[in-house]
Amino acid sequence: MLLGASIVSGLAIGAMYGLLALGYHVTWVVSRSVNFAQGSVMMLGAVLAFSLTVGFGWPMPAALPVALAGCAAFGVVLERVAVRPFRVRGSDSWLMATVAAGMLLENAALFLFGKEPRGMPSSLAAEPLTVFGVGVLPLQIVILVAGVGLALIFVAVTRGTPYGKALLAVVQNPRAAQLMGIDAARVTVFAYALSSALAGLAGILIAPLYSVSADMGFVFGIKGFAAAILGGLENPWGVVLAGLLLGLAEALTTAFAGSAATVMASFGLVILALYLRPHGLFGRAGVRKV
Amino acid sequence: MSRFLPRLATVAALLALPAAAGAAEPIPVGLVAALSGQSAVSGEAITRGLTVAIDEINAAGGVLGRPLVLVRRDDESNPGKGVAAARELIYRDHVAAFFGGIDTPVSIALVPLANKEKTPFMGVWAAGTGITRNGASPNFVFRVSAVDALVDERLLRYAATVAKARHPGLMLINNPWGESNHKGLDAAAKAAGLSLAGAESFEVGDADMIPQLTRLKGAGADAIILVGNAAPAAVVIRSLDRMGWSVPVISHWGISGGRFPELAGPSAEKVAFVQTYSFFKSGPKGEQVLAALEKAYPAIKGPQDVIAPVGTANAYDAMHLLALAIAKAGSTDGPAIQAALEALPPYDGLIKRYAPAFTATNHDALGADDYIMVHFASGRIVPVE
Repeated sequence: MLLGASIVSGLAIGAMYGLLALGYHVTWVVSRSVNFAQGSVMMLGAVLAFSLTVGFGWPMPAALPVALAGCAAFGVVLERVAVRPFRVRGSDSWLMATVAAGMLLENAALFLFGKEPRGMPSSLAAEPLTVFGVGVLPLQIVILVAGVGLALIFVAVTRGTPYGKALLAVVQNPRAAQLMGIDAARVTVFAYALSSALAGLAGILIAPLYSVSADMGFVFGIKGFAAAILGGLENPWGVVLAGLLLGLAEALTTAFAGSAATVMASFGLVILALYLRPHGLFGRAGVRKV
Repeated sequence: MSRFLPRLATVAALLALPAAAGAAEPIPVGLVAALSGQSAVSGEAITRGLTVAIDEINAAGGVLGRPLVLVRRDDESNPGKGVAAARELIYRDHVAAFFGGIDTPVSIALVPLANKEKTPFMGVWAAGTGITRNGASPNFVFRVSAVDALVDERLLRYAATVAKARHPGLMLINNPWGESNHKGLDAAAKAAGLSLAGAESFEVGDADMIPQLTRLKGAGADAIILVGNAAPAAVVIRSLDRMGWSVPVISHWGISGGRFPELAGPSAEKVAFVQTYSFFKSGPKGEQVLAALEKAYPAIKGPQDVIAPVGTANAYDAMHLLALAIAKAGSTDGPAIQAALEALPPYDGLIKRYAPAFTATNHDALGADDYIMVHFASGRIVPVE
């Protein structure tokens, strides 16, 4: 019972870490930069979906694409103002600029959305199903399927379509890709939009299990990054698997050692894993040709 | 004549100046509370109680012939920011005294400052035992609110008598407030001859509390004693729903400082929790304060609209007690007010008749007998029958 319940809740949370980690992965492989505002974009997704459904009474199927488009738009703007200006100058200041953009977004949400956490209603989170004697919300299954499914789709698309190939080409050799007529700048913008939409989706999915508030994304953003590093930023499967593992490790630590140990154990595990495998559990050392 | 008149006017002006300034110069009193963030509702509730009391006092001529004025500072539920805010109130605004907010960690951090600067600090919400029982002498910290040690006794008494629990399990927020209650509940359980099934802690950001609750269930818990603010406490309730475990939940009052019924869903109504006051079963004084609240805040149309009523009620009584002390002290000098607070005459307040509110050894105006058990019903806080 304890084990089953922990596994289910750990995997559901882990799938969210995985979605965020996939977002970090996408921008990293394309542009060697990541959006440290991922946690805040996750919050943006939840806040937009909450405002549209509860505030304006939209049905969820209508609110979902609009909220995701809002997140993607934020990603596009962020890339333009907080990443590109630094990258073209060869500066790493995008790191701080994206952190700052996240804080800006959080405080804007505090101001516009309000200071109180709100409860997101969801028919998928009302009645638990009993699976092998464990109470599981339909939403938890949806989250798990969405997380793993998106990783699958992502891999399939990058391997099998011209867009995906263009993306991978930019990854392998930006200059050569440009010479072949691939617009590397546009691919990067697309990667930021995609990564932000993934984070927004994670926020919308997790909101009914949790609460919607301006600071909901902060810890998630950090844990998603931990998963991305743990999985090896280069590997889409790796980051999603690492997210699931991190969620599972957290839930099992809480179940068997008590919640006081959870944060110490999960981040201790990340450090240990990186010590043993510096390029991540599923990463490979990059080969530098001289 | 032409030279005499201006000179007369100057003399008159000089004579009038100090008197006029003295009469008009307000006495500032401070508030350090959460005005933003998860617990912003609590800061607003306290502000309302203080404001209504200050309006009454000023309408009756103020204190020492001077009006009171409230200076508010946001602590963002952060002890560091709270200390900076209190310093500002003491050194820059020269407040005669200041009130505190919902967060025990912030209030604990303010205690040494109040005692060092000899500025009375009046708690109106945070219930941490060590806030008033801080070992300082003289002690400048007073409180019109619940005290964890006494609330803990009350929660366990309710669990044993009403919920018929023999082995309550504890769900505590992982911060100094949870710690304060852990000690209190352990001591209260020992005194009441109850054996606790276990104690689990949770973080504000935890999205899932099933592992902790499953441990308690496995240890044979037959009731949950819950200590946490509205948002994480709501996750506890949702997790219980998901487990399909229907167990009595008896909560400290942290859940009254936010939108607990919205966050926790329908099961929120099953949670019994402690309050110091309810506007639903109030006497003539309660009706008078409610009328003043309705007048000042048009959104309030009845007792159901008083958000976080304990904050408002505690703050209202605390402000009146402080005004009495300033009047008795005859000055806004910190040590004089502190001595006056310890020797107040009996006073008929909103929550009860304080006879007296404080003594040299007891700086808590409310005791275990002043608490009431309540629950949410259709979003309103009403007494448990």
